[in-house]
Amino acid sequence: MSATVIMDSTTIDRALTRMAHEIVERNPQEDSLALVGIRTHGAQLAQRLGSKLSAILGRDLPTGELDISMHRDDLALRSTPPRVGPSRIAFDVNDKTIVLVDDVLFTGRTIRAALDEIADFGRPRRIQLAILVDRGHRELPIRPDFIGKNVPTALGERIGVRLAEVDGKDEVVVEK
Amino acid sequence: MNTTWQRKDLLGIQDLSVDEINLLLDSATAFKEVGERAVKKVPSLRGKTLVNLFIEPSTRTRTSFELAAKRLSADVINITATASSLVKGETLKDTALNLQALNADIIVIRHSAAGAPYFLSKLLKASVVNAGDGAHEHPTQALLDAFTIREKKGRIAGLNVTILGDILYSRVARSNIWLLTKLGARVTLSGPATLVPRMFEEFGCRVTYDVEEAIRDADVINLLRIQHERQRKTMFPSTGEYAALFGLSKERFARLKPDALIMHPGPINRGVEIDSDIADCGRSVILEQVTNGLAVRMAVLFLCSGGQTGEP
Repeated sequence: MSATVIMDSTTIDRALTRMAHEIVERNPQEDSLALVGIRTHGAQLAQRLGSKLSAILGRDLPTGELDISMHRDDLALRSTPPRVGPSRIAFDVNDKTIVLVDDVLFTGRTIRAALDEIADFGRPRRIQLAILVDRGHRELPIRPDFIGKNVPTALGERIGVRLAEVDGKDEVVVEK
Repeated sequence: MNTTWQRKDLLGIQDLSVDEINLLLDSATAFKEVGERAVKKVPSLRGKTLVNLFIEPSTRTRTSFELAAKRLSADVINITATASSLVKGETLKDTALNLQALNADIIVIRHSAAGAPYFLSKLLKASVVNAGDGAHEHPTQALLDAFTIREKKGRIAGLNVTILGDILYSRVARSNIWLLTKLGARVTLSGPATLVPRMFEEFGCRVTYDVEEAIRDADVINLLRIQHERQRKTMFPSTGEYAALFGLSKERFARLKPDALIMHPGPINRGVEIDSDIADCGRSVILEQVTNGLAVRMAVLFLCSGGQTGEP
């Protein structure tokens, strides 16, 4: 298996900086912005976007994290049940504009599960999607609003996202 | 920890590994959070059917399993002994095969005979969860007790846990002893000598008939109800005498460690095994045990429903 590095810590940081500006640009008079990351890597990316946004806006944004294992549609298809963790959304989601954050967008099934789960916490005004790497091959009608990098891939390839907070260093690799 | 859950059934605590127990308790933390949401329901078991087969009466365990299943979006059927064909002479095996023919995915069974869940698990493709079999095991009760202790004390290893009352007839006691000793707690049993036989020392716990000594250093006191329905004849003279000799009175409570937790699997007999005011005090976690029971049972149903390998 060969791995090609397509993003390093500098390019990841530049992409997140640009995405933070795009989020502010898209939501001009937005005082109800909030971030929700999908565990594990999406939650870390949401934290990073959050600190960039608070630098731009001069205030902190409410940030939460989701564990979508309970909302997956493939429990009986997997060889073992997934390890579930609690979701933490400590703010009222009603009427918020929520930017949902994940590392890789592939089939769209994770995002579908996350959308369902957010609805269990209340009724946001709108939900936007921020993704570090869009690798294509959607199986559902889901489209990101903010993209770090578009990476056309073959189905058999794997995208590996590593972040310093959990993996010790920042990089995105394509493994084939 | 990278343990994965490979079992289709939860029959007891005795054959679980420490890692499996911790996986169950960790998963329950996630499911407890679901109960705090605006919508207290997740779609994990959508389209699955759970049958509560309660051949022995129970309200709280059955209700807890029913609500746990509903919060996971499963459909639930309740069957009680008096309302089933068991009273018409149908065997447990035939009842179970009929439930399987209805495509039941999970059968939660309570039965007066020890081993009944094991018997069904060998017979059925469906998952079988033991909700209490005779005086043998009540695994979800032990798990919720451990979950509550871990939540309140931050750990289980090294704690002194005293189980007080009817041990002989108690499946709760057996499951608790197995679980707590596996996780490294020091377990002490106490109560009337007729209900706390010395043979329990073989389970790796301590037996003492000196109640004062049993509770003095306890971090957790788990009070068990006197199970009149399971005793062939009265094992002690009167409930009044039991209350005086073994009940958790205000006087005994005052001599406990200041942070000792008071637990009880319910239903409580106020004034017998526990003083009424103590049952309602801040250190009693009896109602939190009920809340945690729901989370633990959701975790059990979730894990037993995942990744079935097709083994019968």
